[in-house]
Amino acid sequence: MTKKQILARIGQIVLVLLGISFITFALVMLAPGDVVRQMIAGNEDIMVSQAEIDALRAELGLDKPFFFQYLDWLGRALQGNLGFSYMVKKPVVEALWEGLPGTVLLSLASLFMMMVVSIPAGIYSAVKRGSVVDNIVRVFTFMGVSMPGFWVGLMLLWIFGLKLDLLPIVGGEISLETLIMPSLTLAIAMASKYTRQVRTAILEELHQDYVVGARARGMTESHILWKEVLPNAMLPLITLLGLSLGNLLGGAAVIEMVFQWPGLGRLAIEAITYRDFQLVQGVVVWIALMYMVINLVVDMSYNHLDPRLRKVR
Amino acid sequence: METLVNGFKTNRAFAVTSLLVLLLLAIALAAPIISPFDPTHAEMKDAFLEPSMTHLFGTDKLGRDCFSRVLYGARASLTGVLVLVASVFLVGTTMGVLSGYFGGKVDIIIMRFSDMMISFPGMILAIAIAGIMGGSLVNAVIALTIVSWTKYARLARSMVLKVKRRDYVEAAIVNGGTSPHILWVHILPNILPMMVITAAADIGALMMELAGLSFLGFGSQPPAPEWGLMLNEGRQQLQTAPWLMIFPGLAIFVTVVIFNLWGDNLRDVLDPRNDVKD
Repeated sequence: MTKKQILARIGQIVLVLLGISFITFALVMLAPGDVVRQMIAGNEDIMVSQAEIDALRAELGLDKPFFFQYLDWLGRALQGNLGFSYMVKKPVVEALWEGLPGTVLLSLASLFMMMVVSIPAGIYSAVKRGSVVDNIVRVFTFMGVSMPGFWVGLMLLWIFGLKLDLLPIVGGEISLETLIMPSLTLAIAMASKYTRQVRTAILEELHQDYVVGARARGMTESHILWKEVLPNAMLPLITLLGLSLGNLLGGAAVIEMVFQWPGLGRLAIEAITYRDFQLVQGVVVWIALMYMVINLVVDMSYNHLDPRLRKVR
Repeated sequence: METLVNGFKTNRAFAVTSLLVLLLLAIALAAPIISPFDPTHAEMKDAFLEPSMTHLFGTDKLGRDCFSRVLYGARASLTGVLVLVASVFLVGTTMGVLSGYFGGKVDIIIMRFSDMMISFPGMILAIAIAGIMGGSLVNAVIALTIVSWTKYARLARSMVLKVKRRDYVEAAIVNGGTSPHILWVHILPNILPMMVITAAADIGALMMELAGLSFLGFGSQPPAPEWGLMLNEGRQQLQTAPWLMIFPGLAIFVTVVIFNLWGDNLRDVLDPRNDVKD
């Protein structure tokens, strides 16, 4: 990627963030119920005086027309102020930073588990195509993509947490023991998808002319696989890896709920459940930003990985 | 249609999986007849009964029969996912065809919007939309449609762009054919098979996403028997009544497996390029 392309991408990210924040903002406006009343009373039925409600409404600027409210929000967001969350009783920005390590740790752990399984399984399955192992791998990956993640999580909780009593079933804090089950849950679904993709990528490379040529020149199969095919197959796999990481940051939300894992996804869902809209707005924008930055970094890394893309000076 | 009938005769896997899909639909339709109990009838003295001959899948905290609820759940879950797939398909294909055929400003607006949706983890937006609008199956379907249609729009658009350049379409344009006529007669029939294949392959994944929203409480609401919601209720009794979590999950799993297999086989039947199997 040239500097110009990177700048263009950053510009695109800014535009998308504006769009996403506008959509969530509009949704919140359309939401049923009075936001201010809920902010004061939470989900409980507490009597609140109209004067109190009006005062808070004016304080939050919620009595202004919709578009001005959005501009207000945007202006404050640009100064790093995303408002105050009444659910966790702290500034939204602080809550977002606190949710970050949990989500990042969970994503990296599950990504690691996935790669440990998928890459060897995918390669073996492609090389020994049609063998018993290949068929077993294919059946397992097929089952893996057909199981809802949250159900897998519940089954793991039941088997390892309750029946075998090996791992703690109460989440809530970050530790090695509490990390195992949620990351395994995420890894199972991802590994199923990724193994298939590794298998396809390797199979595709194995059909290329240069492989035939290398065989004709008498090179050993292992040389062809490790020195020729794998490096070539790695590029598409890294793109997919980047996409999985991005998806994890957003898609792990349900699993974070199942295991009460303190991450951004759970924060988002709880914020929505408690109708804490300042926080909802913040989390959605924050997750979008991370997702897009990761994808940009992945694309930029091609420069180093693929010599063909390097700019000739 | 002919291709489908032919495929049914010649492709055994397609025939078998199609029958399984029909069986699922039949179970959903016949739920009132084959269910041994009323799925919403509470019988407090029968709460948390383990699976037995009377209650094959046990009972829940209100003494409702889990087996009957799973059977009835097929109704909510299948209706939900079929409506969802249909709406994603319709919205996406329409947008994509308009975008590809008319080009210009229409194209720019639709595609920029779709770029935005794609550069973003859809599930979190779906959760936000469904959650803010308030939990109901209809809202969950709307939320997932909003985040899923862009994939179909892109696919339809790229195929329209290809078909548009073919001689017979250009001939039709030169001959003064109206846009609706050209779209309907020349373009749609060409892109439809591929769109249908994509939609069929997506049923399973969309079903899991819909169940996920219900599981979080942003989809079906109690006391409706719906698989995702049942898992949510079962989760609180993981220790005392694990069967409440096992059977609805198995139901989702089996249904998704059947639809995924069917989707794969449908592709083999409908896609002429797919003569060579890997």
